[in-house]
Parts: sequence; structure tokens; C-alpha cells
Amino acid sequence: MAIEVRIPTILRSHTDGMKTVEATGSSLSAVIDDLDSRHSGIKGRLISDDGSLHRFVNVYVNDEDVRFTGALETPLKDGDSVTVLPAVAGG
Amino acid sequence: MARFDSLIDSLGGTPLVGLPALSPSPEVRLWAKLEDHNPTGSVKDRAAFFMIQAAESEGRLKPGDTIMEPTSGNTGISLAMIARQRGYRLICVMPENTSIERRQLLEMYGARIISSPAEGGSNEAVAVAKKLSAEHPEWVMLYQYGNPANARAHYETTGPEILADLPSITHFVGGLGTAGTLMGVGRFLREKVPGVAIVAAEPRYGELVYGLRNIDEGFIPELYDASVLTTRFSVGPDDAIRRTRELIDREGIFAGISTGAILHAALGVAEREVTAGRRADIALVVCDGGWKYLSTGAYAGTVEAAAEALDGQLWA
Repeated sequence: MAIEVRIPTILRSHTDGMKTVEATGSSLSAVIDDLDSRHSGIKGRLISDDGSLHRFVNVYVNDEDVRFTGALETPLKDGDSVTVLPAVAGG
Repeated sequence: MARFDSLIDSLGGTPLVGLPALSPSPEVRLWAKLEDHNPTGSVKDRAAFFMIQAAESEGRLKPGDTIMEPTSGNTGISLAMIARQRGYRLICVMPENTSIERRQLLEMYGARIISSPAEGGSNEAVAVAKKLSAEHPEWVMLYQYGNPANARAHYETTGPEILADLPSITHFVGGLGTAGTLMGVGRFLREKVPGVAIVAAEPRYGELVYGLRNIDEGFIPELYDASVLTTRFSVGPDDAIRRTRELIDREGIFAGISTGAILHAALGVAEREVTAGRRADIALVVCDGGWKYLSTGAYAGTVEAAAEALDGQLWA
């Protein structure tokens, strides 16, 4: 079993239009590296030049915002779900 | 106190009610702050009143002036009620994928609605409002996403009310939209209650709403300060609907769908506390009643069908 990653519309140009892709890795940064090896360029869209998560990209592991669970070092295990969404206005 | 000089004067002072059927144990309890008891039936009355009052005292707003605001509904309805009483005109910039009830209410209050495209959701409404504001400098945009009076309303009223009613509070769970409620209540509680957890529940909409052309068009409310929060959950429509219905079934509370999202996060927090064997008093916000969302289909049929019906709508 792998980790399911949900990709927002705006990044699907990297995944041949696929809404969900699978990846492996024991941390979010490992999963992103694994994703990038199969979907070239996606890492550059998620991570800024300074190495942190892009300001307007939100990533959730099992629906919890990773900025509160260790950011890129958030641990992951098989069966976890990762959701990537652009930051948009609510309310 | 039950007698007030006018409707606006009855703002706040809402009840905090226990949720005995939904609370997992006598040691881990949930409490609901019933913000639907405010004058126009939502938590936004507090922010609207504080923002208008601040603009008046700063001399930015005089009777006869026009207020223009990007809103998905509740803030607009609150502003419309106050505008009626104080003699202001109101223009709401609203995404077209908001419920018909919200539009009808605004029209009844005499507000003018300018629609922004569904694609991009509130992001587009904010962009359109900012453009209109530049073209019409005579219009007063209170701008709930960045107006400190929005958060101050909750720092000065909602937060103190919750603490007075629940001195043993361990967690506060609120909805993340403008960030006003979470920042205001969060800052107040953090000053008064060591170790209190502030938890955000953010609605996860359908794909249409995240339809940005470019990631750099993303938006974070100016009021948002991550350091106030303990954690933040994204809640999809299926979980929000399921919890909204549970709140009616188990506790008799008929709330809007965003409240279902908040309850979902609160129950997640409660479960963690039970597992850890800790005592917890978790306060959550009931943002509004369900009346304005009946037409969305969220309250009828299967959860799956209801969630599908919400796809593409701004349900919170």
C-alpha cells in the first residue's frame, strides 16, 4: 500500500491530468521527492527557493495542515492521504 | 438582560450550551456557542458591528455613504441590517455560487449585489471588490479579511463570553474564513488560559473554487497569524454534512453546514483527548442556523447525494 496524493487542478499539468497519484516515503519531503521523480517539475511548484512549502500551497495529511505537524518533516506511513490545495479566500 | 434599545444593542451575549449526546465522555465535553442567536442569525454580526463602529469613529463613514464589501453572504447580511439602521447604502460583491437565500435576504435589506464569477470563489470576489474600490474611492470598503476590528470584535466579546461561561476551557474550535473569530478568540484565550488549544476548521470546497490560473493568485487573509493556532483541519463537504445532521439528530441544533465542519474537527480533537486520557472542555462555534442553506440540498437525501449537490457551491 502506498500514500495517496490528491492533486489540485492547477498542478495536474504535471500528472497527465490525474486527480490522485500514489507515492512512497516516510516523510512529506520524501513523498514530494518521490512524486517529482515520476511527475517532473511538481516539486518546484510546491517548494519555494528557500526550501520551505510555497506560501500559497497548503498540504494536509489526513486532513490536518502540515504546517502544524512538522511541515516537510511531517511523518507519513502507508495508507495516509495527502491533499494539496492552493490557498484561497474563504468566508 | 432581555430588553434592549434596538436590535443592534442585542448583539452578542449568546448562549453556550452543552452537547451531552455528542460528548464522548463526562471528562471530555463539547460546548456549542450559539452564534445563530445574534440579530441577523450569524456570528458575522459581531465583526460587522465592530467594523462599522470603527469606521465611524475614525471618520471614514458618515450617514449617506456607501459601503462596499466582498462577502459570501453572512457578513453582507449583517452589514445590511446595520446599514439600514444607520443610513448607509450597501453593495455586496458576492460569488455567484452562493445560496439563493443569502441573495434574497440581502435584497430584502436593500443591498445591491454585484456578482463575481463562481470560478475562484471568494478569491474572485476579493479581487473584484479591490478593483471596484480603486475605481470608486468614495465607497468605503471595510474589508473583513484585513480589518483589525473584525478580530477585535471576538477579542472583546466572543472570547470573554466563552471564558466567563466555561472557565475550565481546554480547546476552542472555530471556522477559518476571514480568520477573525479564530484570531480574536484565540488571542484572548491564550492570554488568559495557559495551554489552551486553538483549532481551525477550514471548509474544503469543490474544485471549481480552487480554480486559480496561477498559484501566485493564492490568498491568505491579512488577519491570519498561524502562531495563534494550535492546528488546522481541512473538512470536506461529506464530513460537514454528516456532522450537521448529527447535530440535529443528537442535540436538536439546526445549524449551517460550516458548523458541521467545525463539529467534525471538534470531535476529532475530542477523540484524541479521550485516547490520551486527558480531561477536556471543548468550545465550538455554531456560526449560523441552517435556514439559509436549505436550497443547497444538504439537509435531504443521502450524504453522498447532498455532498455532490454542494460541489461547486460556497457552502460555508
